[in-house]
Amino acid sequence: MDRMPAWADVVLIPLISLLLAAILSALVILAIGENPVEAFALMWNGTVMKSSGWGYMLYYATNFIFTGLAVSVAFHARLFNIGGEGQATLGGLGVALACLYIPWPHWSLAIIGSCIGAAAFGAAWAFLPAILQAKRGSHIVITTIMFNFIAAALLNYLLVGVMKPVGSMDTATAKFPEPTHLPTFRDMFSTAETIMFRGAPANVTFFVALLACLAVWLLLWRTRLGYEIRAQGFSESGARYAGISPTWIIVVTMLISGGLAGMMAVNTTQGEAERLILNMTEGAGFIGIAVALMGRNHPFGVLLAALLFGFLYQGGAVLALWTSIPRELIVVIQALVILFTGALDNMVRIPLERVFMAMRKREA
Amino acid sequence: MTDTPAIELKGISKAFGPVQANKDISIRVMPGTIHGIIGENGAGKSTLMSILYGFYRADRGEIFISGKKTEIPDSQAAIRAGIGMVFQHFKLVENFTVLENVILGAEEGRLLRPSLAKARKTLRQMAEEYELNVDPDALIEDLSVGHQQRVEILKALYRQADILILDEPTGVLTPAEADHLFRILDNLRSEGKTIILITHKLREIMEITDTVSVMRRGEMTATVKTAETSPEELAELMVGRKVLLRVDKKPAIPGETVLSVEDLRVTDDDGVERVKGIGFEIRRGEILGIAGVAGNGQSELMQVLGGILSGTGRVRMLGEEIALSGARSDGRSRRRKSIAHVPEDRQREGLIMEYTAWENTIFGYHDDPKWRRGPLMNNAAIVEEAEGKMQRFDVRPPNPRLAARNFSGGNQQKIVLAREIEQNPDLLLVGQPTRGVDIGAIEFIHQEIVRLRDQGAAILLVSVELDEIMSLSDRIAVMFDGRIMGFRDPAQTDERELGLLMAGIEGEPGEADWKAVDRQLEQKTAEVAAEKGH
Repeated sequence: MDRMPAWADVVLIPLISLLLAAILSALVILAIGENPVEAFALMWNGTVMKSSGWGYMLYYATNFIFTGLAVSVAFHARLFNIGGEGQATLGGLGVALACLYIPWPHWSLAIIGSCIGAAAFGAAWAFLPAILQAKRGSHIVITTIMFNFIAAALLNYLLVGVMKPVGSMDTATAKFPEPTHLPTFRDMFSTAETIMFRGAPANVTFFVALLACLAVWLLLWRTRLGYEIRAQGFSESGARYAGISPTWIIVVTMLISGGLAGMMAVNTTQGEAERLILNMTEGAGFIGIAVALMGRNHPFGVLLAALLFGFLYQGGAVLALWTSIPRELIVVIQALVILFTGALDNMVRIPLERVFMAMRKREA
Repeated sequence: MTDTPAIELKGISKAFGPVQANKDISIRVMPGTIHGIIGENGAGKSTLMSILYGFYRADRGEIFISGKKTEIPDSQAAIRAGIGMVFQHFKLVENFTVLENVILGAEEGRLLRPSLAKARKTLRQMAEEYELNVDPDALIEDLSVGHQQRVEILKALYRQADILILDEPTGVLTPAEADHLFRILDNLRSEGKTIILITHKLREIMEITDTVSVMRRGEMTATVKTAETSPEELAELMVGRKVLLRVDKKPAIPGETVLSVEDLRVTDDDGVERVKGIGFEIRRGEILGIAGVAGNGQSELMQVLGGILSGTGRVRMLGEEIALSGARSDGRSRRRKSIAHVPEDRQREGLIMEYTAWENTIFGYHDDPKWRRGPLMNNAAIVEEAEGKMQRFDVRPPNPRLAARNFSGGNQQKIVLAREIEQNPDLLLVGQPTRGVDIGAIEFIHQEIVRLRDQGAAILLVSVELDEIMSLSDRIAVMFDGRIMGFRDPAQTDERELGLLMAGIEGEPGEADWKAVDRQLEQKTAEVAAEKGH
């Protein structure tokens, strides 16, 4: 028998954890001499209450959905892919090549091309760690994190020399041609009278991210491959008994994971910067780990967690702009959220399970 | 002997939430006797003993030790009251010596040396008195399981226990080790110790106990003198209905050869040869049983045939050679050749414990096109099929959406069997089919295996339960140290002959010189253990 109802596991525990993180954050803000209520009001007003706030939140969330899904998919095969940064970086390269060297007639075709490019390059970057793990047993945590540095160095090299337009001072590629520019939320939702999402970077890629959530859910719970991936994750010996090849599962899972991580580059590179710049991942590769953790590796959970982290990112920017609360504090708050929802999960879970057991006993 | 019972429990009740683990249990155990407590898994035997040993407190009821009412709030109090417990899973410090383990928690004074010297003396005495010989300076991790168990008994005796509780003591022992244990218990009984033996094996109860109590669903259904009862009666009391202890089967009518194995060898990852060139044939409508002490190559044999390990040699399935290594030697290829496999370890291999029952009913056969709907899996169809399978195999509860880990051992096994048997295979590999399974389910599982045989399948059965091998097999092969010691007809052999073969001894050792056999067995198991260590 399960110890508590599913809704408590999925909703109640994260909520209580968040509340605890919020209380502790408030104490930290108090300790540096600021008013936590005002700070929170500022964060709230600067994000949820304004369409441009939403525009930023959803832009960040798009990144986090892709990297969060990447970590989740790998995790179902019990692979800890912390190379999202590197795979996203390579994804950026794929996007840039697709946009710069193929003459696209319209953005709707360009986005398909850039998605394929991003996914292919991200997957390729995950392939080597995967094959090393499958054939040689080199631990994927070590290899993927190493590959992050190689990717960063590679991008550096390309943007300082090979791909930089002659005469430019900027470490970036040339601007992508006009037909590849993706419609932003402003383009899509503004009417003649009211301008929505003014200045916000959120763009059509967000909907691709939503589609990716659905696709990952279908993959994991409705296809044979997903069945095998999860079986391998739950029990390697069981998978071997069933004749599921561990090599194949490791490689194909990492390709999917790397492809998803790579696809976040469509959002930042094609959607926002419209050229390939240094640090185009904005750290989302690592945030993806927290998002997956908090979202319990379920695509729907990942979506919610990505929205929350989008809120924290944008809220942090607002705080830094309007108060003397340093930008770093927002990192502290994010850390607290990760700490409570991920690492200290059992601290909330175990007492809560007791409560439910006691309630059930009384009913019986 | 006096009339005061060594232990008397009166009206013990204990509930865990809505589950009533013990209901109004009363029991009297006379000093100097061996009292058996028998019941299926979950009948409440362990709970009762945990109350007696101070792990749980009873909700109601009283405990009398030698006629004196005693409170046992914790295990320290139990030890003070003269109760010692030998657990199913030993509680020993692996990298301590025997001596250190014996005095652990019973040291006297600040310095170890005097305690160790005293313990050494006591241990020597006990070794002579009860045949409890163990090298006091050996490390626990170097000892065989049987010897580790002796250390547990020594620990209890060293703490001056007069009452010894043993929880499923033979579950991990070889037949010879179990015999030795029973001789030790016999010696202890003649020294006036009182012993409570918890087990689910009827044979052990009949062999050694003086009285036996039967538990079912938290209640004590009967207490009888062992001499005045029979295994059939006990089984009925345990399960609550008549149980067929012997498998009801017609003589085999073997047909064409299904599986033929020649010079099969398996080497493990450490380079140790586990299966050392064996050969046999199985025909349609025949059950070949492989007997042997665990760890003599039977598991590896099953795994190589099931496509989990690779090996060398020549294996033909219906005349067609099958690959023993490489890409075409995996479980999937085996299933395509109509080889079904009920693995020895259902929790690690046969099932994904986190998967629901319906997901598990296609495990290994999940790429069958009939479960497909376009690029997706046809979950609705699988659930529907699972419901039918669970009904036909009497899986309880019959809910396909429950995770495998929420079923009892017997019902988990039925899920695996339902999946493999309903494929109607030409060859069924079945390992330890009734390990950790209740008596009622054992009967059913045996019937299903026989039914598949009668439909014309060939069956390879591996089990460490000699009873099971004897009653199910049409032919028996005994494995020792990676080799087949010989084939026997179950109708023309007995446990003694098989036991000797299982110990690697061929021929008749004259008038049963069991001590010599014992020594030889210990030496051989030590050899095997040493080999495994490298």
